[in-house]
Amino acid sequence: MMRTARQRPPTGSFQVMSWLFMRVTGLLLLVIAVFHMFWMHFIIGVEKIDFNTIVSRWTGPHGAFWRLFDVMLLTFAFTHGINGATNVADDYITSRGWRVVTRTALWILWFALVMMGLWIIYTFRPDMPTPFK
Amino acid sequence: MVLHARHLKIKRFNPEKDTKPWWGEYDVEVQPTDRVLDALHEVKWHHDGSLTLRRSCAHGICGSDAMRINGHNALACKVLVKEYKGTITIEPLLGFKVLKDLIVDMDPFFAKYRSVMPYFVNDEAPPERERLQLPEQRDRFDDTTKCILCAACTTSCPVFWSDTEYVGPAAIVQAHRFIFDSRDQGKEQRLEILNEKSGVWKCRTIFNCTEACPRGIEVTRAIGEVKQELLLRRF
Ligand code: FES
Repeated sequence: MMRTARQRPPTGSFQVMSWLFMRVTGLLLLVIAVFHMFWMHFIIGVEKIDFNTIVSRWTGPHGAFWRLFDVMLLTFAFTHGINGATNVADDYITSRGWRVVTRTALWILWFALVMMGLWIIYTFRPDMPTPFK
Repeated sequence: MVLHARHLKIKRFNPEKDTKPWWGEYDVEVQPTDRVLDALHEVKWHHDGSLTLRRSCAHGICGSDAMRINGHNALACKVLVKEYKGTITIEPLLGFKVLKDLIVDMDPFFAKYRSVMPYFVNDEAPPERERLQLPEQRDRFDDTTKCILCAACTTSCPVFWSDTEYVGPAAIVQAHRFIFDSRDQGKEQRLEILNEKSGVWKCRTIFNCTEACPRGIEVTRAIGEVKQELLLRRF
């Protein structure tokens, strides 16, 4: 039976806000990702990217800007990518149980990758112990 | 009267006999200006009387003969055979249970239609004559009054194919017709219904619905207007 309108619980704003979030961050991502590619490929040059590039990028007077830039690039790109992947999964997986499994797995992956990235961006110091130095 | 031979490929399924659907192939003689519905009649009346389909008005207004013709949803009575080259492939609408041949179970479709309160809501006592409205206020929802509930839009939507919980474009069009009617007072309730997980936010702006609508309703635009209304009332 369909519930009538009066029996429905209030819907809240999660749906509308996540829709708005995807639109706004989608536009931002367009600018950020294109700028990122332009900067890394043409201004710096891919063959010149190494640990020192990151050190100079994340320290000094512009350090805060670049860290914020990378936080946005990281979170927006992963959120859009994983969200897209859940939609693709929904297109091919019809059983309710497997949908829950794939969705949960994808969002756990999202959480793990974003947390790892944020952790590095926030805690990075040039002299921190690293296997790649 | 010049008759032309046309080849039809129709998806057949009889739940009492068949375990899975099969393709019936028929050669019929029709005029180029005949409708696809006439070609189907030709099959049913002269080739295979067991072919089962819905149709009533045959003039594009009752909405009962929506089907998938060469991969696009259309009313069989509103498209001409000359619009198609070569074999004409006809299938039942996607996303609903096939009851027999071209007939699908429309109950879930109408349940969703009913869920958006598709009727006039106004608790105030009616005035002595009609409830007045300016022409501009009437124009606001004119496009969505044209819906004939044929389900061509809903069953052309990939989101609906993968998630049958989605309320679907047709129900949103019907809600739009009342949400933007200045005389109606059920707007908030309808918006709440469409704000649910199964509501307008499932729409991915694919535009299949607009392309499928035999009445030329700008379905995707109507859905977008409901989204906008939901968004703007938050700020
Ligand atoms: S038969 Fe009525 S719309 Fe086609």
